[in-house]
Amino acid sequence: MIHFTNVSKRYENGYEALKHLDLTINKGEMCFLTGHSGAGKSTLLKLIMRMEKATNGQVVVNGENLTKMSKSKIPALRRNIGVVFQNHQLLFDRSVFDNVALPLLIEGADPKMIGNRVRAALDKVGLLKKEKLNPIMLSGGEQQRVGIARAVVKKPPIILADEPTGNLDPKLSSEIMHLFEQFNEREVTVLIASHDLDLIARMGKRVLTLREGSLINGGGNR
Amino acid sequence: MSEVGKPHNRGVTPRGASVSARPQPQVKKKPEQPVAKGASQSEINTRNKTRSWLRHHRMMAIDSLWRVIRTPFSSLMTWAVLAIALALPTGLYLFLSNAQVVTSNRDGSAQVSLFLKMEVSESQAQALRLNLETRTDIASVAYISKDQAMKEFKQFSGFGEALDYLDDNPLPSVLVVRPANTLTLLNQQEALFTELDKMPEVEEAQLDMDWVKRLYHIMELSQRAVSALAILLGIAVLLVVGNTIRLAIESRRDEIVIVKLVGGSDAFIRRPFLYTGIWYGLGGGLLAWWIINISLLWLEDPVNALASAYDASSFELIGLGAGDSLLLILTSTLLGWLGAWLAVSRHLGDIEPR
Repeated sequence: MIHFTNVSKRYENGYEALKHLDLTINKGEMCFLTGHSGAGKSTLLKLIMRMEKATNGQVVVNGENLTKMSKSKIPALRRNIGVVFQNHQLLFDRSVFDNVALPLLIEGADPKMIGNRVRAALDKVGLLKKEKLNPIMLSGGEQQRVGIARAVVKKPPIILADEPTGNLDPKLSSEIMHLFEQFNEREVTVLIASHDLDLIARMGKRVLTLREGSLINGGGNR
Repeated sequence: MSEVGKPHNRGVTPRGASVSARPQPQVKKKPEQPVAKGASQSEINTRNKTRSWLRHHRMMAIDSLWRVIRTPFSSLMTWAVLAIALALPTGLYLFLSNAQVVTSNRDGSAQVSLFLKMEVSESQAQALRLNLETRTDIASVAYISKDQAMKEFKQFSGFGEALDYLDDNPLPSVLVVRPANTLTLLNQQEALFTELDKMPEVEEAQLDMDWVKRLYHIMELSQRAVSALAILLGIAVLLVVGNTIRLAIESRRDEIVIVKLVGGSDAFIRRPFLYTGIWYGLGGGLLAWWIINISLLWLEDPVNALASAYDASSFELIGLGAGDSLLLILTSTLLGWLGAWLAVSRHLGDIEPR
């Protein structure tokens, strides 16, 4: 599903975020990505989203070579990836429901279907009763779950999460990890960047460890 | 929007029917299963896409109209600026059309004075007058005899009594020819003039052409000036809408970033802003139309008074006809759309998720 072949990323200021990275994540696999801040976790995720372009090497996602991908095809790529952000990236000018419905709206889904899908996703994250609220009225954990509902509402083949439990207490964190596990059981490829090592260890999944732009653990095809 | 629906076809349905975890290190292209299902499937897909595309257009049109109305004060300001910029050239254009009607209605706009040769007698002159009057390109001919000419000259020249000392009347008799109204073009009038000038009885023809020419050129100049003004103000409309849309884009920056992150195409992101431009343009056009009609109403009384003072009580002010009104509003809407396009294509690219 996700293949990195000798991928390097050097930013314009000369900072080398990733060095000669090789990585394969299979379809339906769930992996964790760890490392100190600045180790290149975010860069790796951004390369998969094509928010950044690799300086060297090839990134292939869902059969598409992102290094050669034209700009006009980026939206289609992103529609196949559900992303959860540490800072939630919610819109505070609309309700929880409308936030979650956004990916379906972009896809041009039928309004009737949108209602069902959004409620199913909100039900999954336990926020069905708060669909009419503005996300600003929700707690951090709830906002994070709205973000997760938005990421999964379209049932994308890939889910990426960047520190999804960053600001949450341990109990909430493990609840949210458990949610990702449930999606993974449905053959969804899940990649979670996190530095909550205890939690990751308890999950018993493949762990990719980055240090100074190189994979020191978990790379290659398992 | 082109890839709409694919994720669902790709076997990530809850059942996972077509899912097969293939651990191939080099996955090339996915087999295109939907295509194999035949035309009926893709027809349905196309129809669904068209329908959802139309639905999104409708949604964005309503949403952006609502956003425009929700900030009534600033929207009204924008509309007013656009309306003034549009009403100015339109009003001048109307003024010119009215002026043209006034000038073409005036008889004798280009009257020709035929100074007859001294040896032409009064009866010959009268015969010539009758002869000329039968022509279709001549409206009327007036005869001024030598004596009449002398009398007028004495009266208006200020020489008065001094002229009594002349032995005989040095003034020729004159035929004043008024070309028919059908001769509207300058060169038609000139052709008539040269023809009259060559007549054997005529010593010299004098076309009272200078002011006609001047008027003609003034009108042409004014038309060009109005066109230039219209172009300049059209550009102003573009810039005003463009700037307003730029601010709208700026205020919705977060939303644009998020929409880009979850895979919104450029067309999807552009759409609400293009509709905003259309609403600004349409509103500005309607307001301009209203301003012009109010102004015409306001001018009606003095214009009628002026017309009756000139014995032209039949004169009626030309307003904006249905065609012109439509043109004004369509142009304005188009300019709004175009201004939004400029702003969007200039600024949306700058907003990328980081």
